[in-house]
Amino acid sequence: MSDQVVAAGHEPYLQHHFAKPEQQADASKIGMWLFLVTEILLFGGLFVGFALMQSRHPLAFLEAHKQLDKTLGFINTLVLLTSSFTMVMAVHSVRHDRRRQAIAFLALTLVFAGAFLGVKYIEYAHKFHEGLLPGRFYSHPGDTVPGQFMFFSFYFMMTGLHGFHIIAGMVLIAWLIRRTARGDFSAQYYTPVDLVGLYWHLVDMIWIYLFPLLYLIR
Amino acid sequence: MADVLELPVAPNPPQPPRVHYLNQTRGIRSWLFTVDHKRIGVMYLASILFAFLLGGVFAMIVRLKLLTPGPSFITAETYNKIFTLHGAVMIFLFVIPSIPAALGNFVLPLMLGAKDVAFPRLNLASLYLYWTGSLLALVAMVTGGIDTGWTFYTPYSTSTQGSVGLMVLGVFIIGFSSIFTGINFIATIHKLRAPGMTWWNMPLFVWSIYATSIIQIVATPVLGITLLLLLMERLFMVGIFDPKLGGDPVLFQHFFWFYSHPAVYIMILPGMAVISEVIPVFSRKTIFGYKAIAYSSMAIALVSFLVWGHHMFVSGQSQVASAVFSFLTFLVAIPSGVKVFNWLATMYKGSISFEAPMLYAISFLVLFSIGGLTGIILGTLPVDVHLHDTYFVVAHFHFVMMGGTVMAFLAGLHYWWPKMFGRMYSEKWARVSAALIFVGFNVTFLSQFVLGSKGMPRRYYNYLPQFQPLHVFSTFGSWMLALGFLIMAAYLAVSLRKPMDAPANPWGALGLEWTASSPPITHNFEQVPLVTHGPYDYSAPVQQPALQGAGR
Repeated sequence: MSDQVVAAGHEPYLQHHFAKPEQQADASKIGMWLFLVTEILLFGGLFVGFALMQSRHPLAFLEAHKQLDKTLGFINTLVLLTSSFTMVMAVHSVRHDRRRQAIAFLALTLVFAGAFLGVKYIEYAHKFHEGLLPGRFYSHPGDTVPGQFMFFSFYFMMTGLHGFHIIAGMVLIAWLIRRTARGDFSAQYYTPVDLVGLYWHLVDMIWIYLFPLLYLIR
Repeated sequence: MADVLELPVAPNPPQPPRVHYLNQTRGIRSWLFTVDHKRIGVMYLASILFAFLLGGVFAMIVRLKLLTPGPSFITAETYNKIFTLHGAVMIFLFVIPSIPAALGNFVLPLMLGAKDVAFPRLNLASLYLYWTGSLLALVAMVTGGIDTGWTFYTPYSTSTQGSVGLMVLGVFIIGFSSIFTGINFIATIHKLRAPGMTWWNMPLFVWSIYATSIIQIVATPVLGITLLLLLMERLFMVGIFDPKLGGDPVLFQHFFWFYSHPAVYIMILPGMAVISEVIPVFSRKTIFGYKAIAYSSMAIALVSFLVWGHHMFVSGQSQVASAVFSFLTFLVAIPSGVKVFNWLATMYKGSISFEAPMLYAISFLVLFSIGGLTGIILGTLPVDVHLHDTYFVVAHFHFVMMGGTVMAFLAGLHYWWPKMFGRMYSEKWARVSAALIFVGFNVTFLSQFVLGSKGMPRRYYNYLPQFQPLHVFSTFGSWMLALGFLIMAAYLAVSLRKPMDAPANPWGALGLEWTASSPPITHNFEQVPLVTHGPYDYSAPVQQPALQGAGR
């Protein structure tokens, strides 16, 4: 496909090195899925480390996890699941050229993501107050089993890395809102919405694994 | 087939083009903000050559110190830092990005008949990440240095002074640049092949890079999280790797080698990629066993994930695990052997010519075979217990990485240099340099096999007087190597200063990249190529034009 066709301006989103829009969309999807694989492996290292350390110190992990607030964790799980739903609806809307509806759903997703971080802030503040901090900063009085600090090392590393991904997702969603409002997307071209959606679902999925792992030991 | 010497050479575009990728736009900004895979490849090339120089200087200092036992012009502490920097710079800054990111970025889209990689901006981002990570690593070197060895083993790495944290952060960032390159190449290979370029029509270079990219994507994130955990351990004492706190230092080794063993295949597979291109061209023969070579690349990618425990035979892992890892290590030698025999069969009864790329390819065959076979020796459980952490390991590793990957990189550099810059280098000096490098390499590292088998431990500052003759021999070899590389730097630099004189296809090769002009235009091809024959049809009796215009 020569440049003249692109220059004709029917498909402004089509980059010059792709022949067809479908080819470009497929390539982007392959790229995103591969990136998600790397994300799973990144978290995988933490999961393996957690499993191994839990098997070494089962009692300490059991005792330590009682400090977590199951209710708040459960609420956050619901919040994230709902945000996944609104994300799906945003993709659905943009596919059917309902731009204002898409913006509304993206904004809702952003609100739920913010709510998740808000709840996380409450939880973190409580832990900080109790001295339930990672590694050498751990200073919780009245522990019955030694080694409980390690549970909180993992708690903060895992939820921290996850929280970082939530923030990254929020930035991306805000960017999508801006581009949707600008009219960049249509039923013909909505790849970025699709891909951020995939990413957002993965971030939710990781939380769905983190919640029982950290909050519901035994 | 040896009687068929006439080549189905592609029609040459007019030479040299007036406007090409090097001069279409000018100024530093046009380079820093380019998304052209060729310019990004050239910038990568310049960066990794600088890293190679840096790592090489460190290597020369190490060898110079080892000329004599006992105290020398550097202290033991400095020595520890220098060999760590040599390893870290060579591996993370030079070898891993060398062939894929520098040469691969340049030639892969050309080989596929594409205008660019799938994600040009991601490609540029990967270069910027590489620069950022390298910069952090350089800052770490001048502010305190690192004395852990390139493997960053805990608990020493979490307790030692110096800039380990900064270095680890740098390597973490470089890891992402490697991941982005991998993602880009896989998407490119899947979606941007020219019409007629079927999977079984792809050059074997592409197959090998595909296998490399898979490893980059699957292994590198594990290194990422391992380094993050190491950083957390240093900053917060989270406890995971520290036995004092109930952690497990061997877990670090498992994590580290889960990446770093596949990583040696990230380093060697691209080398094999180059060799598969060079040998048929200079043997004037169809590649022998195309599918076997393609499948063996994929097999290496798969099995590479199952052998990491052979680095840990003396770490205290279970005997059963060691035995299984030993067996799996033998297994990974099979696909490598398949490749070597196929290359030899390709050369058999070919009309071989000895231009510089071929000289390096033959060096690769010799040295990689020695490196691979000594790998089997080291993979043998009871033998490894004796040879572990001796110069035998050092020699094996350098035969595979330098004798293998670096030789292949040099083969590729000389092979594609005319394509990249539109200029031929001095063939005479290239041969002198290749001879010096081959002999110098063997003088340097064959002696280290002997040192190791006699019990000289690796990474030691001091040694018994009985080892001195071999150390002196090895250091002489390193000077020959340095001379060879200096000559290479000189004739390559000279070639850049003369007017463009390279034809589009100086070697009479059949790959699509040779149908583009030298240097290629920014969009690579005048028209989208239509592929009508395989990349290695050197034995085809009838001349076929390689390309026909399509998309008109």
